[in-house]
Amino acid sequence: MGKIYDKIRNLDRRVVFLFIALAVIIPLLYAVRFPEFPTPMAKGVFDHIERMPEGSRVLISFDYDPASEPELEPMAIAWMRHCSIKKFKIYIMALWPLGQNMAQGAIKRVILKDFPNYKYGIDYVNIGYKSGGQGVINVILTDFEKLYPVDVTNRPLKSFPLFKEANSLKSMDLIINISAGTPGLKEWIQFGSDPAGTPIIGGSTAVQAPQLYPYHPKQILGLLGGLKAAAEYEKLLGDKYPQYSDVKLNKGRMRMGAQAIAHIVIMAFIIIGNLTFFIDRARGAKKG
Amino acid sequence: MKGKLKKIIILAIIFGLPAVIGIVQMARGKVLYTSFGQALGTWFGAFLTLAIVSFLYDDNPLYRFSEALFIGVSAAYWMVMGFWTVLIPNLFGRLTPWLVSSIIEGLEGKKPNYFYLIPLIFGILLLMRLSSKFGWISRWALAFIVGTTAGLNFVQYAISDFTEQVKGSIIPLITLNGGKFSILGTFSNTVLFLGIICGLIYFFFSVEHKGFFGVASRIGIWILMISFGASFGFTVMGRIALLVGRVEFLLYDWLGLTPGM
Amino acid sequence: MKRTIPLAITFIVGVVLIVSKFIPHMPFGTLGEDFSVYFDIIATFAFILGGGNLLKVHADTIYRQRSGWGYSAICLIGFFITMVIGLLKFGAVNGRIVVGWPGDWKGDIADPAIWFSSIYEYVFKPLAATMFALLAFYVASASYRAFRAKNVEATVLLVASFIILLGRTFIGKAVSFWVPINRPGPDIPRLAEWVMDYPTRAGQRAIMIGIALGIVATSLKIILGIDRTYLGVEEEK
Repeated sequence: MGKIYDKIRNLDRRVVFLFIALAVIIPLLYAVRFPEFPTPMAKGVFDHIERMPEGSRVLISFDYDPASEPELEPMAIAWMRHCSIKKFKIYIMALWPLGQNMAQGAIKRVILKDFPNYKYGIDYVNIGYKSGGQGVINVILTDFEKLYPVDVTNRPLKSFPLFKEANSLKSMDLIINISAGTPGLKEWIQFGSDPAGTPIIGGSTAVQAPQLYPYHPKQILGLLGGLKAAAEYEKLLGDKYPQYSDVKLNKGRMRMGAQAIAHIVIMAFIIIGNLTFFIDRARGAKKG
Repeated sequence: MKGKLKKIIILAIIFGLPAVIGIVQMARGKVLYTSFGQALGTWFGAFLTLAIVSFLYDDNPLYRFSEALFIGVSAAYWMVMGFWTVLIPNLFGRLTPWLVSSIIEGLEGKKPNYFYLIPLIFGILLLMRLSSKFGWISRWALAFIVGTTAGLNFVQYAISDFTEQVKGSIIPLITLNGGKFSILGTFSNTVLFLGIICGLIYFFFSVEHKGFFGVASRIGIWILMISFGASFGFTVMGRIALLVGRVEFLLYDWLGLTPGM
Repeated sequence: MKRTIPLAITFIVGVVLIVSKFIPHMPFGTLGEDFSVYFDIIATFAFILGGGNLLKVHADTIYRQRSGWGYSAICLIGFFITMVIGLLKFGAVNGRIVVGWPGDWKGDIADPAIWFSSIYEYVFKPLAATMFALLAFYVASASYRAFRAKNVEATVLLVASFIILLGRTFIGKAVSFWVPINRPGPDIPRLAEWVMDYPTRAGQRAIMIGIALGIVATSLKIILGIDRTYLGVEEEK
C-alpha cells in the first residue's frame, strides 16, 4: 500500500499526460456528446442579433490565429451563419495577420457554401488585415479608406456599394469581434466601440474571458467566452434555424463531450494531489 | 543505451501506430482526398503534429526539426502578409502609385503623396537595428511607435478602463424584483460593489492594512482569490479546447475515425 | 542626439495624439489619424526586422557551425521557401503554375487556391495549433503538482475553480440532483454564472482600474521623457 501511495505521490508527469490524452481521444472516438443549456449571456447575444433588421451593417473582425481556432472558429462560423440568415451587410476585417486566413475560411464555409445569393461588394466584403492594432481602430473610427484604400483583391473600397453606404466605424450598426488576445476585444471596446458609440459583441478565448467581464453589460452587449459559449450559441442557432440543428454541423457542440471528460480528469488529479498533501501533512504532524 | 532504445521504441509507437492506422483507413476507403496535394499536405501536417506532441515524452530531433521549421515559416509568413496587405497598398500605393498601378486598381494617374516618406524613412531606420554600428538610430523609429502607443493609451485607458468602470460600479445596492425586495439581487450587487472597493483597498499600500482597512483588505483578497480561481477554471477550459481541436484533426481529418458522423 | 531626438519624437507624437482627442479638427484630428496610419506601416517594418534578425542569428550559427546548426539550416530553408512562395504569389490556374496569382498579382494572399495558403494549412496551422495544444498537458501536470489548498485563500481559489470547471460543462448540470435537468434552477451552472457575474467581475474590475491608472501614469511619464527605459541602456564610452 505504501509503495502504491509513493508512486501516486511521485507520479511521472507523463502518466498525467497520458490520462489527459485518453480523456480527449476516447470521447471523440465514441462521439460522446451532451445536451447544451444556453446561459443568459449567450441568449442575450443571440436575441440582440435576432432583433436587428435586415440590411443592418455588421463589422466582423477576425482577431485570432490557428492556435485559438478550435475555440473561436465555432463561434465565428455561428455568427457568420446568423448574420447571413438575417441578411445583414457584412464587413470583414482582421487585426491579426492570420486573421485574414481565418476570415477566408469562414467565408468559404458559410457564405460561398450556404448563401450563393450573397454578392461580394453588395452584401459582404473582405478588407483583410492591417498591422497596428489600436492604431487601425483609431483610423477606421472616422474613415475606412484612409487605412484601407483597397480590399483583399486590390480593388478600391469606393468601388463597392457597401462603402458608399458606410465609410467609418460610426456607420456600423454592430461590431462583432472574435479575439484571442492583443490586439482584440479589449482594444475594440477602448478604441472602437466606446468612442464611436457603436454597440459591440465579442467572442474570446476562455483564457481572456474573465478579464473582459468588467466591460459587460455597459460597454459590451454580450461576451461568448470559450468553447462552451460557442456551443451554446450553436444550440440557439440550431433551435431557431433547423438547417443548422444537426450537431455534425456544429463543431463547438461536438467538442464539448471531450471537454467535459477532460475537466473531470483534471479535477480528479487536483483532488488526488491535495489528498497526498493532506496525508503527508498529517503524517508530519504525527511525527512532530 | 537502454534508455535510448526505450526512447526510440516509444517514438516509433507515437509515429508508427497512427501511421499504420492511417494507411489501413486509406486502403479501406475511409479517408478520401480531393487531390494528391491534399493527401501529402494532410500527412505532413499530421507528422508535424505528432512531432510536436512527441516532446511530451522527451526532447528529440523530430521535435527540434518541427520547432525550427515553425520559427522560420512563421517569421516569413508574417513578413509576406505585412508586405502584401500593408506595404503594397498603404505605402507604395501612396508614395509611388505608378509602381503598383498594375496590381492595385484605380491608381492610374494618381499623384504621389510625399508625406509617406515619413513612415518609409522611419521603417528603414527601424531596420538599422540589425547593424551593430548604426543600431542606435532605430531608437528614432521605436520612439515613434512608443509615442503613438502612449498617446493612444493615455486617453482611452482613462475613459474605458477607469471612468466607465467606476461608472459601472455605481449600482443600486437594494434591488427589487417585480416590486418586491429581492434578496439575491441585493446580495449580488452588494458583493459586486463591496468586492470592487475591497479589491482596490487591497492594492492600496500607502496605508497600513490594520483595523478596518485590514479587514477590508482581507475581504479584497478573498474576492481576488475567487476571481483567480475562476480565471484558472477558464484557463483549463481554454487549453483543453485547443487540445480537442488538434486531436479532432488527427482522428477525423487524417485517420478518418469518425463514429457517429 | 542619440537620446534627445527620440525623446522629442515621442513627445511630439504622444501630444498630437492626445490633443487630437480634444481637438478632432484640422490640423490635430488629421495629424492624429495620419500618425496612426504611419504607425501601421512602421509596425509592418517590424515584421521585416524580425525576419532579418532571424536570418542574422541563424546564418551566424550555420557559418560558425555552432551546436544545432542543422536546425538553423532547417529554419532558414523554411523561411526562404515561405518567403519566395508568398512574395511571388505562386499558385495554379487551370493546372498551370503561375507567378502573381491569379496572373495579374491582384489575388488575395490568403486565398485557399494560392500555394502560400497551403503552407498555412499544412505547415503553419499544425505547428502553431499543436504548440498551444501542449499547454493542456502542462496545465494538468502543473495542477496536479502545485495546486494545493494550503491555506484559506488557496482553498477559496480551489473551490472557485472547481465551480467553474463543473459549471461550464454538462457534468455540473448532471451532478445538481436537486434541480431537474431540463429545468432552470439554482444548480452548479447557475452558481458558476453567478461567480462570474459578481465576485469575478468585482475582482477583475478592481485590477482593471488599478492597471488603467498605472498605464495612464506610465504613458504620461513616457511622453514627458521621465521614463526612458524603452531607449535601452546608454553604451559605455
